Order: sequence, then C-alpha cells, then structure tokens
Amino acid sequence: MRIPILKLHKYLLISVQVELDDQTALQFQEDLLNKIHQEGSLGVVIDLTSVEMIDSYIAKVLGDVVDMSNLMGAKVVLTGIQPAVAITLIDMGIMLHEVPTALDLEQGLEKLQQELED
Amino acid sequence: MGIQSNVEVQTEWGIVSARQAGRNLAKEAGFSSVDQARIATAISELARNIYLYANNGEIIIEFLENENVSPPRRGIKITARDEGPGIDNIRNAMEDGYTTSGGLGAGLPGVKRLMDEFDIDSRSGVGTEITAIKWLR
Repeated sequence: MRIPILKLHKYLLISVQVELDDQTALQFQEDLLNKIHQEGSLGVVIDLTSVEMIDSYIAKVLGDVVDMSNLMGAKVVLTGIQPAVAITLIDMGIMLHEVPTALDLEQGLEKLQQELED
Repeated sequence: MGIQSNVEVQTEWGIVSARQAGRNLAKEAGFSSVDQARIATAISELARNIYLYANNGEIIIEFLENENVSPPRRGIKITARDEGPGIDNIRNAMEDGYTTSGGLGAGLPGVKRLMDEFDIDSRSGVGTEITAIKWLR
C-alpha cells in the first residue's frame, strides 16, 4: 500500500488516509524523501486528521522522516493530530518535541511559509 | 457479553489485525474514543513486541465483567502470550527509553500507563505473558 504524495508549487502535501502498518510507514518514508529530491521541495505538510492511532513505532517513523527531510533541506509540518492521538502519545511519554505541528492543513501551510521566510 | 477475540501475531499484519480487533471490542464495550485509542495503542505495542522478540504469539482480547463488586465493573482485558526468549531484565524493560530494538523504548512502560492494570510474567527460554486491563469508567 502506498500513500499518495501531492505536489503543490514548492510544497508536498500528504494526507494519510490508511491504517498505518509498519511497512506502509517505511515505504512512505522512502517515497517522501525521493519525492523531495526529485521535485526540490522546500516544505512538506503531513496531515494526520484520519489517523486514529499512533503507536511508538509509527511515532518514531514520523519523527525520523521529519529529521531526514530537514537533513535534505525541506521543512515538515505535521497537522491534524486528533485529540485521542495526542493524549495517547503523551500517556506513552512520546513528546515529538522538535516536530513542528499545526491544527490543520491551512495553518500547516501558513507555518511552512513563515518558517521559510525567516 | 462473552465476547473474546484471539489474534495470531506472526507478521506485521497481525499487529494491525490485533489492534483493529481491540478497537472494535472497545467501541462495542462503550469506551470513549480516547480510551479506544489507548486500548488500540497498548495492543499495538504488545503485538509489536511479540513480532520483534518472539516471532510469533497471540493477543487475546476479552470483555470483563466483575459482578462481585458494587456497582459491577466492566472492562477489557488484553493478554499477550508468546513462547519466545523471555525478557531478561524486566526492570530494564519497564524503564522509559530503554530499548534493544532501536525503537523509542516507550512500549512496555507506555502500555502500563495507558491501561489501569498491568502484569508481566516472563521466564527466560520459556516465554512471556503480559496482561493489561482497562476498566470502563
């Protein structure tokens, strides 16, 4: 299963609509980095509105993909994390400290724009 | 409701099936969406441990009803059972950030915090059984 990655000008947009199993998450990591490389993207928004559960493994994959994208020179914002997911992550002791987040896709794009202007 | 769900964990798909079964049962039992996420996440962590460390095992999810207390208590019990190598040092395994698999080390201590009751029985070379209960509030 592959998660579609959409290009919008200098950004990439991803809306995760599937149940994230390990393989899909790792495939996504690779696909996203390749796409950033191909398109020369400056920013990425990963929208998690439809994701009902993030366990420690998926959290690690997401945190890693943010770090990897940063290494390549692209900024990533995670958006739409559901209340139940946020509560569960903190219960688990997973903070995702250095990961930029925003409430929704719109604010995520604004955040990217701000970060890229700085 | 004597519902019970047994899921074999042998592949990564077993992890997904186990947590989906858990979420469905939690929903049916009347847990809030936050507790449904807690239960599904706890199952996912336990199933992943089976897959990573023991290769195969099973997750049993059952509905609990304790009528001996008043008011009667209802909840969901998760049992994760495998015949893997066992956990050498349970104290380490329960420590935040401790990992032997390159993960976040959040799994077992996380499950303990997500659930209301938590118990590990592990014997080196014999296997591991972890039980965790979430009560309906």
